[in-house]
Amino acid sequence: MTSQDRWIHTPPRPSANFDAHAIAEIRRAAATGIYDIRGAGPKRKLPHFDDLLFLGASISRYPLEGYREKCATDVTIGTRFAKKPITLKIPITIAGMSFGSLSAQGKEALGRGASAVGTSTTTGDGGMTPEERRYSAILVYQVLPSRYGMNPDDLRSADAIEVVVGQGAKPGGGGMLLGQKISERVAEMRVLPKGIDQRSACRHPDWTGPDDLEIKINELREITDWEKPVYVKVGASRPYYDTALAVKAGADAVVMDGMQGGTAATQDVFIEHVGIPTLGAIRPAVQALQDLGMHRQVQLIVSGGIRCGADVAKCLALGADAVSIGTAALIALGDNDPQWEAEYRALGTTAGAYDDWHEGRDPAGITTQEPQLAARLDPVIAGRKLANFLSVMTLETQTIARACGKTHVHNLEPEDLVALNVEAAAMARVPLAGTDWIPGQGNL
Amino acid sequence: MPTVDLATMPLRELNAALHRLKPDTNETYWRLLNPRGQHSVGVGIDVPIAVEIEGHVGYYCAGMNKQANVIVHGNAGQGVAENMISGQVHVKGDASQAAGATGCGGLLVIDGNASARCGISMKGIDIVVKGSVGHLSAFMAQAGNLVVLGDAGEALGDSIYEAHLFVRGKVKSLGADCIEKPLKEHHKAELRKLLDSAGVNGVELGEFRRYGSARRLYHFHIDNLGSY
Repeated sequence: MTSQDRWIHTPPRPSANFDAHAIAEIRRAAATGIYDIRGAGPKRKLPHFDDLLFLGASISRYPLEGYREKCATDVTIGTRFAKKPITLKIPITIAGMSFGSLSAQGKEALGRGASAVGTSTTTGDGGMTPEERRYSAILVYQVLPSRYGMNPDDLRSADAIEVVVGQGAKPGGGGMLLGQKISERVAEMRVLPKGIDQRSACRHPDWTGPDDLEIKINELREITDWEKPVYVKVGASRPYYDTALAVKAGADAVVMDGMQGGTAATQDVFIEHVGIPTLGAIRPAVQALQDLGMHRQVQLIVSGGIRCGADVAKCLALGADAVSIGTAALIALGDNDPQWEAEYRALGTTAGAYDDWHEGRDPAGITTQEPQLAARLDPVIAGRKLANFLSVMTLETQTIARACGKTHVHNLEPEDLVALNVEAAAMARVPLAGTDWIPGQGNL
Repeated sequence: MPTVDLATMPLRELNAALHRLKPDTNETYWRLLNPRGQHSVGVGIDVPIAVEIEGHVGYYCAGMNKQANVIVHGNAGQGVAENMISGQVHVKGDASQAAGATGCGGLLVIDGNASARCGISMKGIDIVVKGSVGHLSAFMAQAGNLVVLGDAGEALGDSIYEAHLFVRGKVKSLGADCIEKPLKEHHKAELRKLLDSAGVNGVELGEFRRYGSARRLYHFHIDNLGSY
């Protein structure tokens, strides 16, 4: 290039619109004729808890002494109707993930880790395995549209029941467990042929709408003699109305799963473009509970992209009673661990980016049914890691709560928060930092 | 022989009493009066008893039944015998939508008609409907048998897996991946057994047509896009 050419041709400028990912996707679609299916949650940047900050105590607020003054973390779920509500030592639960999408070792590790710190795990779309019941001191049994593995004995042996209407990664969508993961045991539990792609329905087979849901919940209560807390889980899309309708239908607890929630296998277009961010779902859900006089009577469990104690504290400050984690729990077990980098490379990816959980070739032995891969995960060690992670999250939550002067993490409140940008301020309904301006609240 | 008047006894007490029964109970015959369309009558029973219900019931009667023989002398609302594991449920009248939904075992007999989605996601239950069934019956049916002596509505057996469907009357249309299959001798034997269990006599087996999965949609493939 001569010095004159430099002024004729501008330097190469990649398009912000047609960025490398968009171009790669167009090429991939053109080559294959099929959309991308993958696991995990959205990968693009979304308004999230990082956009909020705690104010901390100052002259007008009185902090608590770290390591000395009590800051409780317990939460009781099911106080509305259940004869036997469940009490968790920490406000962080393990979200529903199926045996089938996860290995038996993975499920066992989740149970061990959660039980060690006094919290619950949740079954998933595939029924309850004896291992997870054995290793989960508190187990929530999901009632899903597919009803794979559903039976009254497991229903009664559970500590709580969760009617799954939707999930944050795909509100309005069902699921597909690809044939590679349908081992003999998975097939038997689901009463389907081995090796075929198994569709999980997007709608329940025997009820439609909130009035039916109320009757369905009552049936589950009748079968279990009104002992178990009944949760209703929804994918965040219309959180105010869904929460209100779940309360109307008789839920003891509402699980609000934001779009950052992970999935075992769903279309990328669904993960990235359907539902609303977790940050934007909490206040409308809390508002619905408050409008009905049910806040703290019907517990709100928030999930979707929660990674650390700060995220937990922010959820609780916005009005949640507890949170649920899925992807973060898998990472704690060893998912995407750099020790398997060579194998991730062989799969065309890298540690930290591996998301083809549906293919069953997980080097970490978690999202697989291959016996040799699954055997790599030691449930005792992995369970210990999860327990450590949950403990750290709890300590972080307490640290923030004490700094805000709270003797219980539930005493955190929106007043403790500010937002870093207008979007987060509007969604969380807290002021933009350094101002008293809450967008949409009419106090310009 | 306990007789329970549901006009006076709360449903919750009835179901709790049924759940307290031991396998060797002497209270093996229960008669329920005045159900008046209540939902969840006799759900979650797990003992080999007989329960006769004198009247119409609402949603989910005999839901998740195990072992019990439940007879409804009337019509049944949505989801009768849903997710039944074993035993028998016999509706003398008509049944609403999703009869026998997701049932894993046992026998459901409906003397009248069954509405839409009869046998949806069935997982091993046998269902005999002496009348007709509504649209999308046996949707995603995984295992078990659905026998219909009357007609079947639109999209019978849509996305069916391995369940067997036998229809004596007309089928308005078949759903995705559901096809007619030959009615061989061993199918006739299976059908005869089901009809005998349901107390159906004087029916020619040759009048039935058998339907099942073409198994074309068992693995997602772009060439099948038009079927999804």
